[in-house]
Amino acid sequence: MAFVDECEMAVVGGGLVGAALAWGLARSGIQTMVLDGEDLDLRASRANFALVWVQGKGLGAPHYALWSKASAERWPELAAALAGDTGIDVSLSQRGAFSFALSRCELDAWRIELETIAEQTRGAAAPYEVLGADETRERVPGLGRDVVGSIYSPTDGHVNSLRLFRALHVGMKARGVNYRAHHGVKNIEPIKDGFRLIGSWGEVHARRIVLAAGLDNERLAPMVGLSAPLKRSKGQILVTEKCAPFFDYASTTIRQADEGGVMIGDSEETHSSAIATNQDISAVLAHRAIRVFPALADVNVVRSWTGFRVKTMDGLPIYEQSATHPAAFIAVCHSGVTLAANHALVVAPQIAAGRLAAELSPFHSWRFHAPQNS
Amino acid sequence: MLLRIRDAVDKVTFTFDGAAVQAARGDTLAAALLAAGIDTFRISIVGREPRAPYCLMGVCFECLVTIDDIQNRQSCLVEVQEGMVVTSQNGARTIGRDDGL
Ligand SMILES: Cc1cc2nc3c(=O)[nH]c(=O)nc-3n(C[C@H](O)[C@H](O)[C@H](O)COP(=O)(O)OP(=O)(O)OC[C@H]3O[C@@H](n4cnc5c(N)ncnc54)[C@H](O)[C@@H]3O)c2cc1C
Ligand code: FES
Repeated sequence: MAFVDECEMAVVGGGLVGAALAWGLARSGIQTMVLDGEDLDLRASRANFALVWVQGKGLGAPHYALWSKASAERWPELAAALAGDTGIDVSLSQRGAFSFALSRCELDAWRIELETIAEQTRGAAAPYEVLGADETRERVPGLGRDVVGSIYSPTDGHVNSLRLFRALHVGMKARGVNYRAHHGVKNIEPIKDGFRLIGSWGEVHARRIVLAAGLDNERLAPMVGLSAPLKRSKGQILVTEKCAPFFDYASTTIRQADEGGVMIGDSEETHSSAIATNQDISAVLAHRAIRVFPALADVNVVRSWTGFRVKTMDGLPIYEQSATHPAAFIAVCHSGVTLAANHALVVAPQIAAGRLAAELSPFHSWRFHAPQNS
Repeated sequence: MLLRIRDAVDKVTFTFDGAAVQAARGDTLAAALLAAGIDTFRISIVGREPRAPYCLMGVCFECLVTIDDIQNRQSCLVEVQEGMVVTSQNGARTIGRDDGL
């Protein structure tokens, strides 16, 4: 008879979401296995822009605005805990961040959005300031003439995202998580006392499971009574040669990484499935960056890449416990860097305890199925 | 130290960190500096260690220098010119100039 591995908890997917949850589950004392896919899978966790970002999130969804803000506030705790477990400094910087407006109309649109979010959260959303051209220039040297103003929020920041990824992986292994690369799950079959997770490599039996398979969540979810409808969203990023520090903050589209490279992002294409970068888009990204910081014009771009976001139909995360198979959970989100602190420090302990808190019920996928009767 | 196979006939003169250097017309800047016995072209950015050319064919970016005020140029891909002002690249390039950014 073939030998079948067994475990208490299996996390399907070892990206930022799966790794943060697995590390958090292990910290909660749960014996955890991570079944991860292939190196050529579309992996947002290797492609992202590394912002810990709250500003502007949660328009029409105050719970998401507050959830994002809470994660940003928890980030120092996450960074410290990861450093403690692994010795890896993920270079968290939360000095605040700007959205630089290149037209009045852009600035007005953002201001109205932020006012609406503030109203919908009854003032509990992250604070922000709307700055005119001169005020913006006073705070940030080197801005171009085209910058007509900005939004500044002290809550926003960024990290070294690849180092975060590594710290989570080193951390989960240090805490005894059994990580298996090249263990893509083809099928999940509910059985008595758990689930059979089946792949070309064999199978694993787990008493409980968490789906954190990024884009593949959409296919896996229905196998255990869950649902994760996704839409296509491709993003592209440019990276320059390393430069001496020139911009201490972050911004939606320009940030300087801790080692000096300037990252310029990030586009959104909804109709392309090609993994190659598109030079026309690179040109637009570069042009906009130069309008913000004209001196970037003579800095060399050394690489560019694309990635596919893990984006639900409304852009909000899905956290859900299966109604038909309550030992199955799912976590899907398109801001896995920002929300890593919540995933590791809040969601994982709830999954460990067997139940998602009421606070997470607005993130249930039933919002996609409910009749529109308003 | 590297030796030239034959003496330079048609010579050009340039400076490296202020000192005059002679080279043969047609040399790449990297070859000219190596032939002149210079083995530190730049200081690396993160580890701050001395660096010299490695691939000599444009792929490794180890040979970076500042040429006539333009930073981070690959000296293995540039032909040496009379009067060039070359300086070693000390760590990360800077963005912008003294006059604002
Ligand atoms: C261009 C771009 C910019 C972004 N910028 C930011 C940002 O600034 N800030 C921010 O917070 N977020 C940002 N994001 C989003 C963030 O990167 C994602 O939310 C996050 O990486 C999602 O992580 P994940 O683990 O769900 O998915 P992935 O990283 O896709 O990981 C899924 C994992 O599951 C594995 N897998 C897939 N199928 C299976 C299977 N059947 N069985 C087993 N394993 C499987 C894959 O191999 C992979 O390892 C950005 C994303 C993109 C693309
Ligand atoms: S020596 Fe490798 S790029 Fe010049």
